[in-house]
Amino acid sequence: MSSRGAHPRHPAPYRYTIVERLYLPLLSGLWVTLRHFVRNFFGRGKTYTINYPEERRLYSPRYRGHHILTTRPDGSLRCVACFLCAAACPAECIHIEAGEHPDLNIEKYPLLYNIDMLRCVFCGYCVDACPEEAIIMSNNHDMAYFNRGQSVVTKDELQKPYAYDESRLGYRPHYPEEQAQHAALRHGLVDLVEEARRQGADSASRTAS
Amino acid sequence: MEWADFTAGRTGDLHGRAIREMTNTTNTRRDTLFDVEEMELNFGPQHPSTHGVLRLKLKVDGERIVDCYPIIGYLHRGTEKLFELHPFFQNVPHTDRLDYVAAATNNLAYVGAVEKLIGLVVPPRARYIRTILCELQRISSHLLWLATHAIDIGAMTPFFYCFREREIILDLFEEYCGARLTLNCMRPGGQPFDLPVGWGERCAEFLDDFPSKIDEYEGLLTNNRIWKKRTVGVGVLPADLAQEYGVTGPMLRASGVQWDIRKAMPYEAYGDVEFDIPVTYNGDTYDRYLVRMEEMRQSVRIVEQCLDKLPDGLIMAKSPRVLKAPKQSDAYFSIEGPKGEIGFYLVGDGTPNPHRCRVRAPSFMNLQVVPILAKDQLLADMVAVLGTTDIVLGEVDR
Repeated sequence: MSSRGAHPRHPAPYRYTIVERLYLPLLSGLWVTLRHFVRNFFGRGKTYTINYPEERRLYSPRYRGHHILTTRPDGSLRCVACFLCAAACPAECIHIEAGEHPDLNIEKYPLLYNIDMLRCVFCGYCVDACPEEAIIMSNNHDMAYFNRGQSVVTKDELQKPYAYDESRLGYRPHYPEEQAQHAALRHGLVDLVEEARRQGADSASRTAS
Repeated sequence: MEWADFTAGRTGDLHGRAIREMTNTTNTRRDTLFDVEEMELNFGPQHPSTHGVLRLKLKVDGERIVDCYPIIGYLHRGTEKLFELHPFFQNVPHTDRLDYVAAATNNLAYVGAVEKLIGLVVPPRARYIRTILCELQRISSHLLWLATHAIDIGAMTPFFYCFREREIILDLFEEYCGARLTLNCMRPGGQPFDLPVGWGERCAEFLDDFPSKIDEYEGLLTNNRIWKKRTVGVGVLPADLAQEYGVTGPMLRASGVQWDIRKAMPYEAYGDVEFDIPVTYNGDTYDRYLVRMEEMRQSVRIVEQCLDKLPDGLIMAKSPRVLKAPKQSDAYFSIEGPKGEIGFYLVGDGTPNPHRCRVRAPSFMNLQVVPILAKDQLLADMVAVLGTTDIVLGEVDR
């Protein structure tokens, strides 16, 4: 250890200036807090907090929350039990058992489709991997369980909760309304669901024409 | 040969002596305050200001710290082993959980290593998006550091102000990739998503506003005599020791060494933008604070330039469906994270999985100097020393 640094190992003690000795720079800090206090007192300041369980803010349409298994128009699961989501899962939290579908065109369907929500890391790879758009994500993030058994959610629970509420949808890469939802999300002026439906109808008519 | 003997004669014998004295049981009587024996004190692993599960075995003489011995491993999850069990792309979410307050930079370091190993060329638009994300992540990490560091030392107000701005950055992240903390926002070969409509404007709005917010924090702290009393001259790290211990990041730059991988080996879009590397020379806690504050301003500059120059085009390189590393290949790729040089060393063996992965974690390297910084400090300054090293235990223990 021959080389020495750019400065002495024990630098001389810092000498406070007369202004610092009088604690005058504290006034600049007090000015900051006072300004905020006055602004907030007269309601001019922006409130950054919300009363969470009662109030909820709008979430990003790409939000990765609780999974949803989507259904066909007849109500059956879209999933064809191809195991791609289970293979792509870095947390190995998806357990599928396949069965033979009575409809010959469909081949397979999941007898069991369990996701262990305590193992899941919410990376969205299952949604990316799915060729059928059978699994998407909602923006529901408040998941709490009384025991570990409850955290393994079955296919019935996965298709139930937010399947029909478009404003609760989350990460869904092939969703054409995403951008419209986005504009609505930030401005907060447009009703999310209505806007998404309108956009969906627009794009449907465009593709039809 | 004991480790104490191994380290003796190097690094001024500080660490070696610390360990020898910790393990020496025969010679416990020494000249101490009030002629009493030194006391051993456990600091952590549940202490809130250790920022995680770090345990420090302290030997104190009254209020003075005689020795400090960090004990790590409480958060060991075997991440490096876990990497070997998954294909390359599946490991990106695991990197989120190393330095969990700066996921984007971890993602970039890993993804960059994979690209180097396989030989993927990332499109320019993706490189710019990555730079923007990393710099926003640096700001958010420094804000979290400032908030917790200040509240540890006793200044409560910056905590609220810092979290206010951090919240906006996390909202931007949520809008881009759907998560706030564990982003998983990069893939080998490019970016998974393009920027949403209006994201750039909202980001620019935040960047316009943010420098005035930094002035607010500085107004509260920089010239505050109480803050100076707690930080000036506390935990002095000489430049030679910092280099010998492999300290990187703001810790190194505060000691007067101008080393930043963004400038030295520009990656992604850093070669195209102008920014300065802040350097200070005293190497104490106060200087590290100044360096990090200035880094936030520079990050704002970088993001603004990137948003201006953002090119059009693809965001994902053409890559095979299954990424396979060539046989007997290896690659090391490191970037300048908020805490220092974070790098990944990958060894490929012709399969879709890495044969071996090694993480060069800046927090782990920076933690090594904590015993030196803490030596002869007051016990109350231990909190300042620990806060200023800015360690994250998810990265230390991996």
